[in-house]
Parts: sequence; structure tokens; C-alpha cells
Amino acid sequence: MTTIDNGVNVQALLDAREVLKGAPEAAQFTWRASSKWTRGVHSTTTIEKFFGLGQEQTHKAQTEYASDHPAVFAAEDNGITPIEYLLVGLAGCLTAGVASVAQNRGIQLRSVEATVEGNHDIRGILGADSDIRNGYNDIKVTFHIDADASKEEIEAIVAQSQKRSAVFDALTNPTDVTVEVA
Amino acid sequence: MSAERVTTVVVGAGHAGLAASHFLTARSIDHVVLERGEVANSWRRERWESLRLLTPNWLSRLPGLDYDGPDPDGYMTAGEVAGLIDRFAAVVAAPVREQTALTALSRTEGGYRLSTGGGELLARSVVLASGACNVPVTPSFAAAVPSGVRQLTPFDYRSPAQVGEGGVLVVGASATGVQIAAELQRSGRQVILSVGEHVRLPRMYRDRDVLWWMDASGVWDQRYDEVEDLDRARRLPSPQLVGGAKRETLDLNALTELGVELVGRWAAVRDGAALFSGGLRNVCSLADLKMNRLLAGFDQWASSSSSFEEIAPTLVPARTRLKLDLGSGEIGTVIWATGFRPDYRWLDVPVLDEKGRLRHEGGVVDSPGLYALGLPLLRRRRSTFLNGIEDDARYVVDHLAAGLV
Ligand SMILES: Cc1cc2nc3c(=O)[nH]c(=O)nc-3n(C[C@H](O)[C@H](O)[C@H](O)COP(=O)(O)OP(=O)(O)OC[C@H]3O[C@@H](n4cnc5c(N)ncnc54)[C@H](O)[C@@H]3O)c2cc1C
Repeated sequence: MTTIDNGVNVQALLDAREVLKGAPEAAQFTWRASSKWTRGVHSTTTIEKFFGLGQEQTHKAQTEYASDHPAVFAAEDNGITPIEYLLVGLAGCLTAGVASVAQNRGIQLRSVEATVEGNHDIRGILGADSDIRNGYNDIKVTFHIDADASKEEIEAIVAQSQKRSAVFDALTNPTDVTVEVA
Repeated sequence: MSAERVTTVVVGAGHAGLAASHFLTARSIDHVVLERGEVANSWRRERWESLRLLTPNWLSRLPGLDYDGPDPDGYMTAGEVAGLIDRFAAVVAAPVREQTALTALSRTEGGYRLSTGGGELLARSVVLASGACNVPVTPSFAAAVPSGVRQLTPFDYRSPAQVGEGGVLVVGASATGVQIAAELQRSGRQVILSVGEHVRLPRMYRDRDVLWWMDASGVWDQRYDEVEDLDRARRLPSPQLVGGAKRETLDLNALTELGVELVGRWAAVRDGAALFSGGLRNVCSLADLKMNRLLAGFDQWASSSSSFEEIAPTLVPARTRLKLDLGSGEIGTVIWATGFRPDYRWLDVPVLDEKGRLRHEGGVVDSPGLYALGLPLLRRRRSTFLNGIEDDARYVVDHLAAGLV
């Protein structure tokens, strides 16, 4: 039998699932980001620490993400727009899910590519039409997957990846968001 | 007041409790069956008028009582099920005490103490057959639905005539939800159906009832200790099936055809509006994939050489609404078809897990002499249905009897 290696340690994830069943407190994670305005609509957001497994945790390295807006919005384009980060998050999350589910189902992947398109009517954010929402109207993800599997098996992996995706859930379900001034 | 002593008490005179009684009698174990209402109470009081079983008559056999009526391929009404269970009680000659509710069950030295409307009982063993569907489950945000909208559960719902004017939002697309949505839409109301994870099945596959395939190919015989994710399997929603003379399929495509509007899972109420998930397409493709896998499994079992009988994928509207203003008058009624759970408020024995579910190994509860029957996938996949009780009850009573020696 050939061993399947998509580089995902599924056993560790399955073990964690078992352990966390009896320890819901440890499963409570808080992910954090902090941002600093630079100038114009340009800002940088830093991510380094988070809370999980009952204690403070630190990423191996601090990562910085620049957000700006493109020249067509009369901005300097020092980074991608915040709403594009949602697409980054979605693509990253679904792709991670595809790799994990494939590993768990014993399917060897050769390549996974995702194209994500979000349709956004900017009249909403401009306040030009109050019937138009601010966020995306719809998002389409197209996967090209090369794997030792039938088309049906691949479709099942992609469907399962959505079912387990944190970002897919965050985008498709409402979330209670509080914004306050400290 | 002195307590009455009996070897075994069975709680509940549904088909499960009566099946337990059948096997207890066969082993000459003295027992009583407590019933808060009448025999088959849930079929008399907790079902809507048009309900028919989704399992065909030939499958609704009980221990010692095969279906012998004129229509083995038909589907019983709730009233007919009550009649069947009445006959079963008579055949079994079950010692049922009707109008006798159990109000407290606690552990004693040699067994259990039971408080009932009719006094105290002491028993060495107890079989809980009080039902898996005693309380309709509704999400917590039901409390945030504006008071102008009427809310019903399947326990309150009787027929379209009882539902007032205005549109109806049916929440949940399992057997109960799709059946109620179809009948309300046919009655002339506009129905919106909020769809979460669901199990899609055609009524007929290759000219046979799909439940014939499940029965014959052994799907239902899978044991609880063979199921990969038992927790999930026990929480599996009921399949989108309806019984009726036409033997029609009642999946989301059929509902769309009737004019029902599909929306995603109802996720929250915010500012008086219902917010629905945008993930409808995903739950539908999961349901399609699982259905096709099941049907392909039937073909494999039958070593059928003819190619797989193609079923059209679920047609998901290009765009579903994500928001519905509950104050606009568009919706007059919400019907929660969001599942049921057992009621264990009288249970003073620490055998419930953190989610309030009974801890048991195939019906043997985690407390000596305590047993359960009638829960989903108790011992086999067929446990979920009337038809599954025979093997379960026999096993549980065998185990119970072994504990008495
Ligand atoms: C809407 C619906 C549709 C269904 N359709 C089908 C179908 O098509 N085919 C199929 O095979 N199965 C179907 N089922 C499942 C089937 O109903 C159950 O498997 C069956 O009813 C369970 O039987 P039971 O004897 O375990 O519980 P019940 O029939 O619920 O019996 C439990 C009894 O216990 C009594 N009781 C409860 N608490 C107490 C107490 N504290 N003291 C005394 N008595 C008590 C109740 O009054 C009741 O009479 C359906 C269920 C529902 C809810």
C-alpha cells in the first residue's frame, strides 16, 4: 500500500478532537490582530499572539499585512484592500480543508488551485444606494484539483472542506460584532 | 406510605415499552408498564393530522405482529399506528398502568425508586422507553422573533386550516419540515423553507421503495459499534421522505416545483430580521453526494450491471435571500421543524452526558439495572424505526434478565 502524504498531520487533529471533547475550555481560542494607521487609507495590521489551549500562544514570527486601496479609488495601493483579505482567508481555509480531508480519506493530492471571485457593488459603501449592501453580494470559488481520485470523490472533499471551514462559516453566517472606543 | 415492589418497571407504553413487556413476559419477569397518558400516546397527541409513516406497512412489523392488512406497500396514518400499537398491547397483554406518569426516578440500595402519580414503586431494574421525541427543539433565537409572528412546533401544528393568513416560514428540511412545507404550500400559502443539513432520498429507486433497498442491502443492520462516527449517526436528521398513495419523492426539487422558496439555515435574528446562511449550496451538494453514494451502494450490493439511475442534482436558486424582515407582514407564522429530544426531567440518576443525552452502550445504561429502548441507533441503524424494536428489546431484556440471577 502506498502511503498518502499531503503534508497534513491528520492523526494529530483527530487526537485533538478526542481530547477536546472532554475539555471544552481548552478549545476556546481567541485570534487577535492589531492595526495601525499610516496615512491616507493605508494601514498595517500585525498578527503575532493568540489565546488557545488555556493559555497565551505566540506564532513563530510576527506577520504584517498592509491594507490600502487601489489607484482607481484614488489611493496609493500600498497593500490589498481589507475585503480582499476575506478572499485570502477563504481560499486559505478551504484549501487547508481540502488537504486535510484528502489526507484523512487516503487521497493523494498533486495540486490544488483555487480562484476566488467576490462580486461587490461599491455603491453600497459609497452610500449611493441604501438598498445595496456594503459587503460582497456573492463569492465564487473555483477549484482545480489534481489528485488520485474520481471527480465525485474530489467533489465530496471540496464539499466537506466547506462544511468544516471556519472562514466559510464566518462569511455565510451572521456574527455578533462589537466595535467600541476604549 | 409503603412502596409497591415489582421486579421491573418499564416507562412508556409506546411500541418500545410494549416490546420490552413482550420479552419480559416471555421470561416470566413480573413488571408494570407506566404510561402518563394512554397506550401509543405520542401517536394520538403529538402528530399532525395528515401524517403518514414514511416507512411502508410491510416494514412496520412488531414482535409477533406482522402486517397482515391489504396494502403492504402503503403507509400508515398516525391513527392507524395508534391502532397497531393498541393491538400490540392486547396481543402482549401488557400490564400497562395508564394515566400514571413517572415523576422521579432515583437509585436505591438494590435498584430504583420510582415516584408516580399513583404512588411509589421499588424495582430492581427499569427500562426507559419514554420516547426520543418528547420535546420539540427550537433554537434560542426563537425568543427574539417579534410577537406579531406566531410560532408553532410540530406538536402544536395540526393542519393548514389552523394556520392564519400570511406566509409561513418553515424551519428545517427533514421529514417533518418538508412534509409540513408541502402541505401548507398546497393549501395556498406562500412557504419559505429554511434548509440546513439534510438527508435527501428518492421515494422509489429502480421501481422499489428506497426503504426496501435499505432493508434488503443491510444498511439498517449496521450495528452501533460498527458505525464510524456514532455520535453523528445518532444525530442524523430524518430523511426527506413522505408516505402516500402516489409514492412521490418529496425532496427540495419537488418543493421548488410546488413553489416553495428555499433559503439557507436560519442563523440569527437581528433587528427584527431573520438572517439566513449563504451556505445553502453546500448543504445541498453534501446531501446529493451522500444520496448518490447510498444509491450506488445499492447497485453494488445488487451487482447491477445497468448503469446508475441518475437523479437530477438539487436545484439551488441562483440567489437565495439572506435576510427576511419579520415585521413586514410577509410571514405570519414560523413553524419550527428543528428536531426533537427526549425529556429526562424526572431522572435523578447521574447518567446524562454534558449535552443531556443518556449514556448507554447499546441500550445498557451506565447504572446497574437501568436500560433504554427506542433511541436513535440504539443498537442498529434500524432502531430509529418502529421496525427496529424487536432485536433491541430482545437484547435488552436478555441482559436485564441475566442481571437478576
Ligand atoms: C413526527 C415523527 C414521525 C415519525 N415517523 C416515523 C415513521 O414513519 N416510521 C417509523 O418507523 N418511525 C417513525 N417515527 C419514529 C417513531 O415514532 C419512534 O421510533 C417511536 O415513536 C418511538 O417509540 P417509543 O415507544 O420509543 O416512544 P413513544 O411512542 O414516544 O412512546 C413513549 C411513551 O412514553 C410515555 N411517557 C413519556 N414520559 C413518561 C413519563 N414520565 N411517565 C410515563 N410515561 C411517559 C409517552 O406518553 C409515550 O406514550 C416518527 C417519529 C416522529 C416524532
